[in-house]
Amino acid sequence: MSFKPKHQRLVLALSALVALIGAALLAMWGLKDRAAYFVTPSDIAAGKVAAGEPLRLGGMVASGSLRQLGDGVTLRFVVTDGKHQTVTSFRGIPPSLFKEGSGVVAEGRLKDGTFVADNILAKHDERYMPPQLGNEVATHAAERTVAQ
Amino acid sequence: MIAEAGLAALYLAAALALMQLAVSLVPALAPQAAQVARPLALAQGLLTAAAFACLIVLFVRTDLSVALVAANSHSAKPLLYRFAGTWGNHEGSMLLWVTVLALSGALLAVASRGIPERMLGATLGAQAALALGFYAFLLLASNPFARLDPAPVEGQGLNPLLQDPGLAFHPPTLYLGYVGLSVAFSLAVGALITRDVGPVLARAMRPWVLGSWVFLTVGIAAGSYWAYYELGWGGWWFWDPVENASLMPWLAATALLHSVSVLAARGGLRTWTMMLAVVAFSMSMVGTFLVRSGILTSVHAFAVDPTRGGFILALLLIYVGGALALFAWRAPAVGEGARFALVSREGALVLNNLLLSVILAVVFLGTLYPLMVEAATGEKLSVGPPYFDAVVGPLALLLMLLLVVGPLLRWRRHEAPLTKWVAPSLLAGVATLAATIILAPDISLLSRLGLVLGVALVPASLMPLAGRSLRRTPLATWGMAIAHLGVAVSVIGMASDSAFSRERLAAARPGEQLAVGPWLVAFNSVTPVAGPNWTAIEAELAVTQGGSERVLKPQARTFTSPVTETSEVAIATAWNGQLYTVLGRQSGQRWQLRLWWKPFVTLIWLGAGLIALGGLVSLIGRGWTNRRTRRRLAEAEL
Repeated sequence: MSFKPKHQRLVLALSALVALIGAALLAMWGLKDRAAYFVTPSDIAAGKVAAGEPLRLGGMVASGSLRQLGDGVTLRFVVTDGKHQTVTSFRGIPPSLFKEGSGVVAEGRLKDGTFVADNILAKHDERYMPPQLGNEVATHAAERTVAQ
Repeated sequence: MIAEAGLAALYLAAALALMQLAVSLVPALAPQAAQVARPLALAQGLLTAAAFACLIVLFVRTDLSVALVAANSHSAKPLLYRFAGTWGNHEGSMLLWVTVLALSGALLAVASRGIPERMLGATLGAQAALALGFYAFLLLASNPFARLDPAPVEGQGLNPLLQDPGLAFHPPTLYLGYVGLSVAFSLAVGALITRDVGPVLARAMRPWVLGSWVFLTVGIAAGSYWAYYELGWGGWWFWDPVENASLMPWLAATALLHSVSVLAARGGLRTWTMMLAVVAFSMSMVGTFLVRSGILTSVHAFAVDPTRGGFILALLLIYVGGALALFAWRAPAVGEGARFALVSREGALVLNNLLLSVILAVVFLGTLYPLMVEAATGEKLSVGPPYFDAVVGPLALLLMLLLVVGPLLRWRRHEAPLTKWVAPSLLAGVATLAATIILAPDISLLSRLGLVLGVALVPASLMPLAGRSLRRTPLATWGMAIAHLGVAVSVIGMASDSAFSRERLAAARPGEQLAVGPWLVAFNSVTPVAGPNWTAIEAELAVTQGGSERVLKPQARTFTSPVTETSEVAIATAWNGQLYTVLGRQSGQRWQLRLWWKPFVTLIWLGAGLIALGGLVSLIGRGWTNRRTRRRLAEAEL
């Protein structure tokens, strides 16, 4: 089957249009379920998060909460966004910049109220903080300093 | 003095760019525009190169009276990183960007035989308009040569994670790719202005697209390998906005590469190719905007500065908007392309273009969705691997299926059956499917399909070479076969890594033995060591797979300025994959060790290397044929 030039152009333009609409629909379908991928402890406290879904949890590692379990490779710590807290466990070697009082992004799933991380994200910069938290945490930290 | 000289060169270059734009805008001058614009473009390129050289000298000397050097360098840093530190920051990398832009303009002006004079004039005008925006950006918003008074006693250093040979040369490679696409863009604009869209334009555009694409491929692969061994978590792709920023221009360039071939060889897909040329460079700019504005949630976010982001966004809107308006105005006037049947090489290439565009669109939407949602509702969210894997994975497999058949089809119309050619692929695919079902019943569907299609594509990619005299096969055909083989190899590596990786995490005492996959790891000792600007704890691991023993020394490093800790992984590469080892923290008498066995993970980057090599071979082949054609034409005229 061969087209007349004019028709060929039309067919090409139409298929491009169909492809782009298809892409938009595909993206919307994908985003509908998976866009709430980054969550904060407040989101978890508000019950916005279903257990078992793959998620990225962002916040600060609460001071004094970091514990090494007996097996030598599991960490337990509390992630906080200043309002709520989530108990998190991680089996593995955290990136070097991971420490109490600094920002953290953990990938994993919620299981029985605990966030089980299978990856703690490495960062390029020790000053990095998830923008979602920037203002809240900074304000919170400032308040605490004043209180002390 | 050097800083002032650099700044002066930059101002001068901007003035020349303004003149270059002006000559192309005056209608009376239009026929001779190219003759005037040529020397201007050359001088402009040399001046920006001189400005960039000045900045390199300032960094190598660690001239702390320059604000940029003081903020990003340190006298104790090894020479290589003082040198690479030149572009390891916002201002320096933007200067590098404009330098590459101006130098490609100069190269276009000097080595542009075969392009009609009027089209070249308009093209150089477009190139000057692009350069002007970036000069304005540098001179008004990000002056790299600004002085700091008083000069500090010592600089603030460079982020230790960036002190790595892989990363030192990663950004320039990507920029060569990004900015090379600017020439394709300018050529498209020039051709639309002079209403001269055809094979001549395509032949002028193709080497630029091929070259950019090779650099982008190398840059992306290098970035992926850097993340893999430097960040210590064993992953090689992240779907981070900064990674997507380089992937999107690559996808567009891949589509453009294929459509420009149809235009050059067959005169078809005219408007389509123009559109892709505009889109490809737009994606370079979107990438720059994403990286340089730090506007998205990114673990890589380098520069968080809304004014600069705004500036790049404005440039983006002006250039892309302008080009699209020109496209809409002139597209109906673009001549008809050659006809072809649905089932033909052209048809397959159209489908390839559609699939690549769809992938590009879903990556684009996924990357920018958080931005759109935040603008609309103020809510902040981020889109990650679950989305991208789910939408891109199946589309990429579909593209591979097309790759098995497409190159075997004839131009214009294909009628003969393909059975004979496809049989080896079919056989290889079915055998792989059976083998994975029997030997590895638990792997994910995506990994399994990746393995099947990857293996099937190996014979298919070599088919275009079958039954031909290999010495007389054009280099472009060789290039295509090599690049397609590279895709197969890469996909096999990705699928194998996600399906068969084994991990062992332990808290071990020196003297203990651990096993992971086929490897036996003896944890010999832990010792302190020191480097030029860091100290470290180093583990010694004697690793064996089968016979011979190797020693791996993963480290946990502490840098002194700024004080930062990094972990240096140690990797043993064997023919069948890599053993990846990370040293963690001390807990009591024991040390955390993470051991990964990653079968055939190396194929990912080997495949990327083949893809780039294929592009390079095609590029050389094209140059060759063009020269021969020109010589023959010259002889015929005599």
